[in-house]
Amino acid sequence: MEMFEHDAPDPGNAPEFTVSEISGAVKRVIEGEFGRVRVRGEVGRVSRPASGHMYFDLKDDRAVIAAVSWKGQVAKMQIRPEEGMEIIATGKLTTFPGQSKYQMIVEDVAPAGAGALMAMLEARRKALAAEGLFDAGRKQALPYLPEVIGVVTSPTGAVIRDILHRLRDRFPRHVLIWPVAVQGQSCASEVAAAIRGFNALAPGGALPRPDLIIVARGGGSLEDLWGFNEEIVVRAAAESRIPLISAVGHETDTTLIDHASDRRAPTPTAAAEIAVPVRMELLAWVADAGARMARATLSRAETRRQRLVDLARGLGRPQALTGPSRQRFDLWVDRLGPALRAAIQAKRGRFGPVAALVRPDLLRRFLAEEQRRIDLWASRLAPALEGRRRRAAERLSEWSARLLPAALRNRAEALRHTTQSRQALIALGGRLHSAPRARLEALTERLDRLDRMRQTLGYTETLRRGYAVVRAGTDLVTTEAKAATCPALEIEFHDGRVQVVPRAGDVPPPPAAPSTPHPPTPPAPAPETPPTRPRKAKPDVPPGQGSLF
Amino acid sequence: MSDISAMSFEEAMAALEKVVKDLESGQVSLDQSITLYERGAALKAHCEARLKAAEERVEKITLGEDGQPAGSTPVEGL
Repeated sequence: MEMFEHDAPDPGNAPEFTVSEISGAVKRVIEGEFGRVRVRGEVGRVSRPASGHMYFDLKDDRAVIAAVSWKGQVAKMQIRPEEGMEIIATGKLTTFPGQSKYQMIVEDVAPAGAGALMAMLEARRKALAAEGLFDAGRKQALPYLPEVIGVVTSPTGAVIRDILHRLRDRFPRHVLIWPVAVQGQSCASEVAAAIRGFNALAPGGALPRPDLIIVARGGGSLEDLWGFNEEIVVRAAAESRIPLISAVGHETDTTLIDHASDRRAPTPTAAAEIAVPVRMELLAWVADAGARMARATLSRAETRRQRLVDLARGLGRPQALTGPSRQRFDLWVDRLGPALRAAIQAKRGRFGPVAALVRPDLLRRFLAEEQRRIDLWASRLAPALEGRRRRAAERLSEWSARLLPAALRNRAEALRHTTQSRQALIALGGRLHSAPRARLEALTERLDRLDRMRQTLGYTETLRRGYAVVRAGTDLVTTEAKAATCPALEIEFHDGRVQVVPRAGDVPPPPAAPSTPHPPTPPAPAPETPPTRPRKAKPDVPPGQGSLF
Repeated sequence: MSDISAMSFEEAMAALEKVVKDLESGQVSLDQSITLYERGAALKAHCEARLKAAEERVEKITLGEDGQPAGSTPVEGL
């Protein structure tokens, strides 16, 4: 040591640590010094990631220490640290070299005194009450006589025994025990699962669905009963559709399930008493009801019988009612025979004189008279019939006579009508025939008139005024040149036609043409044959003659 | 009139109670009282049968690995 101190000024001689080495050294010192500690403080921020470990802070007014509980430690905790809770944490100190951090590994947590736990319980109760889980309106009525009772408790121990004994005394029932741990870390989840499990049973299933659930546990410390304060238990009890009796701890212990249950029993034994009525009392009641019923029925029948007797007595003897009538009847019966005989006697006395008047000849006379009247009518019957027949025959012949002339008249009428129609037909036929002929005549006359007009306008009328038409064959000859070429010409006058032959000598040869007054008119030169008759044809024809055509 | 055999004990008891009261009140006719009496007798017999049928039977539920009820076993000696 002295050597180190001496060398202190010389940094070169100080031992050199790596970070890991110094961290490990610190860790060893801390773990060795604080192997097991109890730390009291308030729980700060709590976080519980999916890993299941729990990280939280422990603090007081001046310092904070990080705390961690591993998953397995958390599961074993009676009480889970919650923010604001004052606790005493038990564990050891260690470091976390990765973050240059020291922290406490908390193995168990205890409330820092009963007051702290009660404060927490009260806070939770208020929160759940605010949700309405404890409302009186949620409470269900318990069945009067449940057939099946589900008991959620430990299958061993005094509690289930007490319940079964009391049930046996009062009214033996079918009991289904759902075994659970009634303390420890699994208590709450098992109790909640049992309540839900009973509710999940279907009516008529393999396991009968209970009509009533009893959640029971014997007395214990606040920590022992803590599972019945857990939220999941409280919620399961509040949601149970099967009526639920809670019987946790002794009478003075109150857990949160007691607020949520439909009925709270101070002890498990009391729960059994609440659950079922006393069988013997019921038997007695039923017997009593039967007796009362019989008594009431009998007494009522007796009352009525007595009344009947009284009324019958009031009716009196029937003979008394009929006596006077019978006497009157007898009296009249006695008078009936003599009265009948007297009446016959009187009638016979009145009949005698009338019978004496009725004799046979009176009837015969009446018959003869009637016969005579019949004969008279019969004799008149035949002539009347004959007359009627004759009158009918006359009317028949009369009508027949009138029938023939009428028929003839009809026929003549028809004939006359036919004749008239025929004449009308002939007249129409004539008109039909003459109508086209008249039209034809009118057209013919019109045609003549037009022809006459045509002649007036035609060239023949012009011929009449001294003009002539020269032709060669069928061709019209209008020039001298052409006439000169034609072997023969025909001149038309108004009263006939003359055949001529142009003669060459009559017409000067073409060189002499200029001397000719009408160069175009000379007939065709050099006619081969001389004209049979000299004829000075062309000069007569006016130069514009052709235009007539 | 409801079927008596389908009644719960509590219903039958209430019905019997009413029959007794009606008969005791004397407000029903004689014919009716006979009918009522017969009904009351049937209700009484039903109640008694339910009371006499009371039999203790205790079973413990056995849980499967999934935490769900797998069956039940009779419990003796408790």
